[in-house]
Amino acid sequence: MAVDTGEAIEIREGVDRETVETVQNMGSYKYGWDTEIEMDYAPKGINEDIVRLISKKNEEPEWMTEWRLQAFRRWQTMTEPKWAMLHYPEIDYQDQYYYARPKSMREKPKSLGEVDPKLLATYEKLGIPLKEQMILAGVEGAGDTPAEGRKVAVDAVFDSVSVGTTFKDELAKAGVIFCPISEAIREHPELVRKYLGSVVPQSDNFFATLNSAVFSDGSFVYIPPGVRCPMELSTYFRINAENTGQFERTLIIADKGSYVSYLEGCTAPKRDTAQLHAAVVEIVILEDAEVKYSTVQNWFPGDEEGKGGIYNFVTKRADCREARAKVMWTQVETGSAITWKYPSCILRGDEAQGEFYSIAIANNMQQADTGTKMIHLGKNTRSRIVSKGISAGKAQNTYRGLVSMHPRATHSRNYTQCDSLLIGDKCGAHTVPYIEVKNTSSRVEHEATTSKVDDDQLFYCRQRGMGEEEAIALIVNGFAKEVLQALPMEFAMEAQSLVAISLEGSVG
Amino acid sequence: MLEIKNLHVKLEEEDKQILKGVDLTVPAGEVHAIMGPNGSGKSTLSYVLSGRDGYQVTGGEAMLDGRDLLEMEPEERAAAGLFLAFQYPVEIPGVGNMTFLRTALNAQRKARGQDELSAAEFLKLVRERGKALKIDAEMLKRPVNVGFSGGEKKRNEILQMSMLEPRMCILDETDSGLDVDAMRLVSDGVNALRGPDRAFLVITHYQRLLDHIKPDVVHIMADGRIVKSGGPDLALEVEQNGYAGLLAEVG
Repeated sequence: MAVDTGEAIEIREGVDRETVETVQNMGSYKYGWDTEIEMDYAPKGINEDIVRLISKKNEEPEWMTEWRLQAFRRWQTMTEPKWAMLHYPEIDYQDQYYYARPKSMREKPKSLGEVDPKLLATYEKLGIPLKEQMILAGVEGAGDTPAEGRKVAVDAVFDSVSVGTTFKDELAKAGVIFCPISEAIREHPELVRKYLGSVVPQSDNFFATLNSAVFSDGSFVYIPPGVRCPMELSTYFRINAENTGQFERTLIIADKGSYVSYLEGCTAPKRDTAQLHAAVVEIVILEDAEVKYSTVQNWFPGDEEGKGGIYNFVTKRADCREARAKVMWTQVETGSAITWKYPSCILRGDEAQGEFYSIAIANNMQQADTGTKMIHLGKNTRSRIVSKGISAGKAQNTYRGLVSMHPRATHSRNYTQCDSLLIGDKCGAHTVPYIEVKNTSSRVEHEATTSKVDDDQLFYCRQRGMGEEEAIALIVNGFAKEVLQALPMEFAMEAQSLVAISLEGSVG
Repeated sequence: MLEIKNLHVKLEEEDKQILKGVDLTVPAGEVHAIMGPNGSGKSTLSYVLSGRDGYQVTGGEAMLDGRDLLEMEPEERAAAGLFLAFQYPVEIPGVGNMTFLRTALNAQRKARGQDELSAAEFLKLVRERGKALKIDAEMLKRPVNVGFSGGEKKRNEILQMSMLEPRMCILDETDSGLDVDAMRLVSDGVNALRGPDRAFLVITHYQRLLDHIKPDVVHIMADGRIVKSGGPDLALEVEQNGYAGLLAEVG
C-alpha cells in the first residue's frame, strides 16, 4: 500500500494524542483488576505428582510426561542464579500453585449466554473485540465466520491454560498451525518432539528447567515452507489467580522461506504478594525464513513501596538454524517488579541475521536486568542491538548483553547501541556488555550513552502548554523512538501509552 | 494586558537580587522593547514571567489580563496566553517538530475547554503557517530543534508562536545569531501577528531588530530596574551613544 507523507504524519500524530489522553484518563495500572472466576487448582507446591497431574490434565502422551519428569529431576539439583543485579526476597517454590484453570473451561459453552460473564468482562477490559471474545470463551461455532476489519489471530492464556484461539480456520487454509501448545502435543506430536527443547534445552537454566517440568500451556506456531503468514499472530497472557505461577511455553517454527510476525502481550492484576512468572519461548528458523517477535510486557510492577508485582524470569531464544535465517526481537518492558530476561539469537546459519530492539522502563521500586545474547556461529552473520533503558523513581535498570563471535563466524558484524535515560536522582542505570571475539575478520561496535531528562527540555515543553507528565512522556517517547518504530503499528500505539502510564508520578 | 508592579526577584540558589523593583505596563495592541546592558536582568524578567525554576519572587506582582501570573504553573501561564520565544531554543531528540506542536496546541486548547484540533485541521494549519516562514514539510518532520541552524531555530520559535496564537508574546533576544535574511523572515513573521488583541515584549541588545519590528515604546533596563522609557527614538539614542552616557544621565 502506498502511503504518502501526509498520511504517515497523521498516523503518528494520532498516536501521540492517544498517549496524552491515556495519561490523563487512566489510573496508574490500568489492568490491575482481578476477576472472580471459579478456578480449578492443583494442590500447592511442586513434586513429581504435581508434574504428572499437569501432564494428565493436558491429556499428554507418555513421552511428554517423561520429558517433564526428567526436567523436574534435573531442576531439583539446580540452584537459582544470583549473578543478576536484582534483589528480592527468597522465593518459596512450595508456596505456589502450579496449575489453575477457569472451571468454565471444562465444558464448551454453546452460546455467549453460557459463558462465565466474568471471563468475558476480562477480555473486554483487555481490549479484545466481542467476536474474538466469543471465540476465546470457546463458544461453539463462533470461529466459523471471521471477525471483520482486524487481522490478528489471538491466543489467550488465562493463568495456566490457553482459553481459545481465533482465526484458526483461516490460518489452516494457508497451512499455518496456530494453537495452544497443549493441543499441539496431542495433534502434532511429530513437530513438537522434534523441536521442543531444541533451542532451550531442558537443562538450560534454573527457570527454564522449572518451566520444562510444569509448563501448563502456551502457544504453538508452525509456518510451512514458503508461506508468508497471512496475518499477525498474537498471544495475550494474563495471570489472574492469586499465588499462582504462570509457566507458559511457546514454540515457533518457521520452515524454509517462511515469514511470521508474532505479538505477545501480558497483564496481571494488582496483588500484595509477588507472583512468579517463568516462561520459555523457543523459535526455530530454517533457511531464508524470517520471524519477528514483539512483546509488550505490562505485568503488575508492584506498588510504590515495592509490594507485590510479578517476578518475571523468562528465557527467550531464537535459533537461526540455517543459512540466511533472520530474527527480530522487539520488546517493551514496562511492568514486573523483577525482570530477568535476555531474548537471544543463535546465528548458526551462514549470513543469518539477528536484531534486538528493547525499551525497558523501571519506575518506583522496579528492578530490571535485561538485554540479549548474540551468538555468531555462521560466516557473515550480522547482529544489531538497540537498547533504551529508562529509570525513574528508585528503580534500577541494567542492560546485560553478550556478543560472541566464534572462530568459524568469519566476517561477521555486530553493532550495539545502548542508551540510558534517568528521570530524577534516586534511580540507577547500569550497562554490562560482554564481548568475545574469536576470529580476526569480525567487527564489533559498542556505543553507550547515559543522559537525564533535563530541566530545560521540561521547561520548554511546559512553556508551550504541556503538563509535566505529558512533557516527560513526550520526551521519553522521543528517546525510545527507534524501538517504537520497530513495533507493528497496533502495538506501537499501546506501547506509547504504556510508556506514559508507567512513568506517572515519576516527577515532582 | 501585562502589568508588572515593583517586581523583586532573587536567585533561589544564591543570595543575589536580580530584579529590584520592575514597573512595566504593556497594553493590548502595543509592542514594547526592552534594551539594556548585559546583566541588567532582561532575560531574568522573561524567565520569571514564564515560570522557570530557580528564581524567587521577593516582592511585587505580575498580572496578565488581571490574573496573577506568579501563582500559576508554567503550562497554565501558556494556556492563559503567555508565550516566550527562547533565546536558546531547546533540542528534543526523537520528537518530531509537528508532534511537539500538536501536543502543545491541543494541551492549551484542552486547558481552555476548547475542542482539540483534528489531525487534518492541524496539518492544514501548520503547513499554511510554516509556508510564510519558509518552513517546509521536511523541517516539520525533523526532531524539535535537533541539528537546526541558528536561523532555523528562531524561525521555528516564531512558527510555534503563530500556531499557538498567544495574547502576550515575549521575544528574548530573538535577533541573536540571525543573519540579515533570517532577521527579515523572523520580523515579518512577528509583524504579521501584530494586532489589537495581542501585545509584544521584545528584549534585545541591538537597535537593528527594532528597524524591522517597530516598537511603540522603548524601555531601558539597568541593574534590575526600568530606568528610562520613551518612543522609538530612545533606541536610536542608545545605538549612537551607548548605555554609558544614558545611564550616567539617569544616575
